[in-house]
Amino acid sequence: MRQVVVIPTGTANTASVIAAFKRLDAEPVLAADPQAVEGAERVVLPGVGAFAPAIDRIDQLGMRDALTSRIQGGQPTLAICLGMQLLCTSSEESPDSIGLGIVPEIVTRFTAELRVPQLGWNMVEPDGSTSLEPGWAYFANSYKVPRLPEDWAGATTDYGGSFVSAMERGAVLACQFHPELSGAWGSNLLRRWLWKTA
Amino acid sequence: MLAARVIPCLDIKDGRVVKGVRFQQLRDAGDPVENAAAYEEQGADEIILLDVSATPEGRGNAVETVRAVRAVLSIPLTVGGGVRKESDAGRLLDAGADKVGINTAAVSRPDLVAEIAQRFGSQCTVLAVDAAARPGEPPVIGTRRGHIRTSPSQLRSRWEVVVKSGSDRTGLDVVEWCRKATTLGAGEILLTSWDRDGTRDGYDVDLITAVAGAVTVPVIASGGAARSEHLVAALRAGASAVLVASILHDGDTTVADLKLGLSRGGITVRR
Repeated sequence: MRQVVVIPTGTANTASVIAAFKRLDAEPVLAADPQAVEGAERVVLPGVGAFAPAIDRIDQLGMRDALTSRIQGGQPTLAICLGMQLLCTSSEESPDSIGLGIVPEIVTRFTAELRVPQLGWNMVEPDGSTSLEPGWAYFANSYKVPRLPEDWAGATTDYGGSFVSAMERGAVLACQFHPELSGAWGSNLLRRWLWKTA
Repeated sequence: MLAARVIPCLDIKDGRVVKGVRFQQLRDAGDPVENAAAYEEQGADEIILLDVSATPEGRGNAVETVRAVRAVLSIPLTVGGGVRKESDAGRLLDAGADKVGINTAAVSRPDLVAEIAQRFGSQCTVLAVDAAARPGEPPVIGTRRGHIRTSPSQLRSRWEVVVKSGSDRTGLDVVEWCRKATTLGAGEILLTSWDRDGTRDGYDVDLITAVAGAVTVPVIASGGAARSEHLVAALRAGASAVLVASILHDGDTTVADLKLGLSRGGITVRR
């Protein structure tokens, strides 16, 4: 059975992530300390809510360095929704907070003419060489990563213009959408990530 | 491009799915886990569970049902009914809800919307509103975007908020309340026409037009759906999603058939 270490970012939706991995016969466990993150084969960084409380929580848990080094090293790591945004330098949502800074981008808000948050299913279109497949995915976000950083493959999606819906580098996968809520397409994505190696 | 969502709604009482007309004459409509799984299989984009026993008798919310449904469901799950405090929302989210609906308690104390949105985010804070035409005013015939001029400078909508499953008319203006709740942090509005609930007369399109035109968050239309034409009309009026219940529970149609109808009506859906 594949163990998956889930980082408790403090807010909602962790239960959905855990349920999704259980359906795939993986064994999700919540990380208690930074050592669990350093030593883990597979780590999930979920996240809903606002940028500042989530990054503060990671700092409180002392997990900033452990997370950064495993993502830099290409260790199997899955960042979901806000988790993906935390990889960036900072966010318009919480201008005083400092992100993990692995991706040199600033997270921006969707433009005012749109219904925000973006809530619902939108089309994911892979860009470059990636393990992602095109398909409908479930999104729940008001902020987004505006462009794909260099050295990362990924996917884009259109909501009043193109934004980054996924980024992939080695066994690191960051999704703006929620694979745990994206039906069979999402389950397949999680299954492929579970079998990836660094 | 974002697809229009079709959302089956399961009203839950004592661990069973029930359905009535205008929230009354509840009849049994099956097991929540079986229903939710079947609707996902048919192509549902999301599931809403409403604990209808929660408010009138003042009981707690259906945590066990949420946990059981979550275990099988790989699409989003919104849960409402009996959410009075931030900790109620937390309990539902811990059990596996992705979004929480707040209704009666928010009318009594609007700050509850802000508290839940600040803690868990706007994207998981759904304001559920039950709207009824004000007495003496025609519930069906449209006026200018559903508004009435009460004085030279004042417009009010034709609908007032009702709570406690429709037994309390509050006088609160539906459009004003929706607008206020979004400024407090609600990220989505579940807009139920009390007049149409369970009737199969079609959604109240004027109501949808009035609310969707007044807020910038997504609106879920609810109450009265019988055919895919009704769904098309609600989406064209500005709804981002449509809620269906009776017609699915009674086996008159399936989510797949409704989505086919939407697609033929020129609406983008996930297939």
